[in-house]
Amino acid sequence: MPAGLTLNHFVILSLALFLLGSICVLTRRNAIGILLGIELILNAANINYVAFAFFNPAAHYDGQVFAIFVIMLAAAEAVIGLAIVLAIYNHLRTIDVAANETLKG
Amino acid sequence: MNTLNLANLGFAWLPLLPLIAVAVGAAIILLVGVRLEDEDSAGLGILALGVLLVSFVCTLFTIGVNAEAFGGALLTDDYTAFFEIVIQAAAAISVALSLDYAADNGLAGAEYYSLVLFAVLGMMLMAAAGDLIIVFLGLETMSIAVYALAGFVRREARSSEAALKYFLLGAFSTGFLLYGIALIYGATGTVHLDGIRAAIVARAASQPYLELGVGLMVIGFGFKVAAAPFHAWTPDAYEGAPTPITAFMATGVKLAAFASFVRVFMIYLGPAAAQWSGVLWVLAALTMTVGNVVALVQDNIKRMLAYSAIAHAGYALVGMTAAGSAAAVLYYLVAYAFATLGAFAVVIVLERRATAGLRIADYRGLAQTRPGLAAAMTLFMLSLTGVPPLAGFVGKLYVFAAAVDSGHVPLVVIAVINSAISAYYYIGVIVAMYMQEGTPEIEPSGASPGVLIGVAIAALAVVLIGIAPTPYMNAARDAFAAAAGPPAQATAFAR
Amino acid sequence: MSSGVAVWFPIGVMIVGSAVVVGTMVSINRLLGPRGRDSAVKSEAFECGNPPSGGAWGRFSVRFYLTAILFLLFDVELVFLYPWAVALRDLGMFGFVEALVFIAVLAVGLIYAWRRGALDWT
Repeated sequence: MPAGLTLNHFVILSLALFLLGSICVLTRRNAIGILLGIELILNAANINYVAFAFFNPAAHYDGQVFAIFVIMLAAAEAVIGLAIVLAIYNHLRTIDVAANETLKG
Repeated sequence: MNTLNLANLGFAWLPLLPLIAVAVGAAIILLVGVRLEDEDSAGLGILALGVLLVSFVCTLFTIGVNAEAFGGALLTDDYTAFFEIVIQAAAAISVALSLDYAADNGLAGAEYYSLVLFAVLGMMLMAAAGDLIIVFLGLETMSIAVYALAGFVRREARSSEAALKYFLLGAFSTGFLLYGIALIYGATGTVHLDGIRAAIVARAASQPYLELGVGLMVIGFGFKVAAAPFHAWTPDAYEGAPTPITAFMATGVKLAAFASFVRVFMIYLGPAAAQWSGVLWVLAALTMTVGNVVALVQDNIKRMLAYSAIAHAGYALVGMTAAGSAAAVLYYLVAYAFATLGAFAVVIVLERRATAGLRIADYRGLAQTRPGLAAAMTLFMLSLTGVPPLAGFVGKLYVFAAAVDSGHVPLVVIAVINSAISAYYYIGVIVAMYMQEGTPEIEPSGASPGVLIGVAIAALAVVLIGIAPTPYMNAARDAFAAAAGPPAQATAFAR
Repeated sequence: MSSGVAVWFPIGVMIVGSAVVVGTMVSINRLLGPRGRDSAVKSEAFECGNPPSGGAWGRFSVRFYLTAILFLLFDVELVFLYPWAVALRDLGMFGFVEALVFIAVLAVGLIYAWRRGALDWT
């Protein structure tokens, strides 16, 4: 690890990714785009886990282990998300979330 | 090289059996059922009930065994057993409601019932979680299964739409929860709940990370328990999902989310209560008010029950603002779960394809055509309103008393006003059933035995838990005490 | 761990090196390749040397999608086996049996997908 790179650099990088992901989720109208934003958020959290584990000698491997679980669950979430998007596409021929207006209230 | 010796693995196997039974059962149903015709799925449902029964018997053996497994990752104490039993009951009733529903709608039984059991596995993991990895893992196991179940009726666009909304907002909230856990890990250097509490007590936790992390976790859990302002997905997901799954979402998912929420916050983040109890106060007030006020204008019974579910999350949050013990919350959740399961069971009887029979107006004259069903529905509505001597009333009494004891009088005043508002829409259903003329085209047909048994069990539970609350409240107290640990530790976080 | 700019030197070398390699390849292509012969065949989409069939934006069979999903799931599960493989000797028999259980769970998923017909192309 080069000197000069501190925990703060990683936390700020992660925070930036988290905010970008959140903006992506809140502004996209395409379901796949929203899914991409969610993946960004999950990876932002992953950077935090690995960075905290690396810089805190007392933290053992908890963070690294957590990151592996997140990678796996993010994949499972993406798969179920894509399946749902495909089901929606079969009905509506679009994946624009604003087109989903049968349920109101 | 060591030889394998089950007795030497460093933890007791017995407390894990309820979880293992559900996991193995789900796998068996998946493999056995994959070749069956969808119309023959009821047999798989019976098999699922059997799996839940085996898991329940295993849980009975774990009562009083306060053990931990995998280095404290799973806590198999009475708190876990309490929630395991309630979750098994909610799942069993949901499966009973599904038996004919799934076959009639041509739902694939292998996937349907195994997904229900996988969701139950996730819920039980959430209740048993001793570190935040397991909280997250359980939450995802549950959520991914329920996302799929919500969209299970692929023939209907409404179902896919419910799944999409539930999935997108649920996954977003999971991201918040995960990021919050990351910050708490950064603040305390551990994901073990014990270690987190120790770090907070020792004032070794980095404050900005801790505060931000706790805040993000509140948002994550708030989504899952459907607290306002994170409730936007609830009515759509509840309305579009197959009704037995809606019942399962309104009870099982909420129970599991609260099981984790209460354990993590009230016990292990208890020393940092100053940082979250105010937030919960506002969340509780907002959730009750939004839920009840918007429920007033609903004419679809599933949407009305969805907003009712939001409102009841608010009442449970009132109980969480009480310092010290969450036994009242545990009791309240049980009372809420049975009344809600029963109400959805009645909804299934009247429901027809293509959304017919779901308007509250369709309940007119039910007292003449199906007096027994109308009487049961009346019980559920009254219990949800909080009329003595039913379970819902006793639950509210305990929760409000606990909140008053902690000095949250204004919040309890808001809660009581909200209960009065809720009476309007709950009693509206009763008025429709007893005092209005029926619409002949919505003639309730003969309900399936599974649904009727579900209604009967729920009605019995609502009355029994209300009339003789003491054993159930004692069980809740013991459960919470077991989770809070020995009194020496407990004093560290009380007040 | 030395301090200052020195630690970034290898990265700088790599950036310069890759720029040189890429630049050389592109300019050699320019120098040696035949020029001025844009034909209809040349501007076609390139599909591994075969005559292209249909446009690049054409629709694909939905079966590719199912295969991709299955691949994604089973591929990512491997991430758990790497740390296990590294620590295999320390974990001993217990770790070995736990990994077998893990693989058995994956096998249940695979058998299900197989019996459901998700692996059949037709």
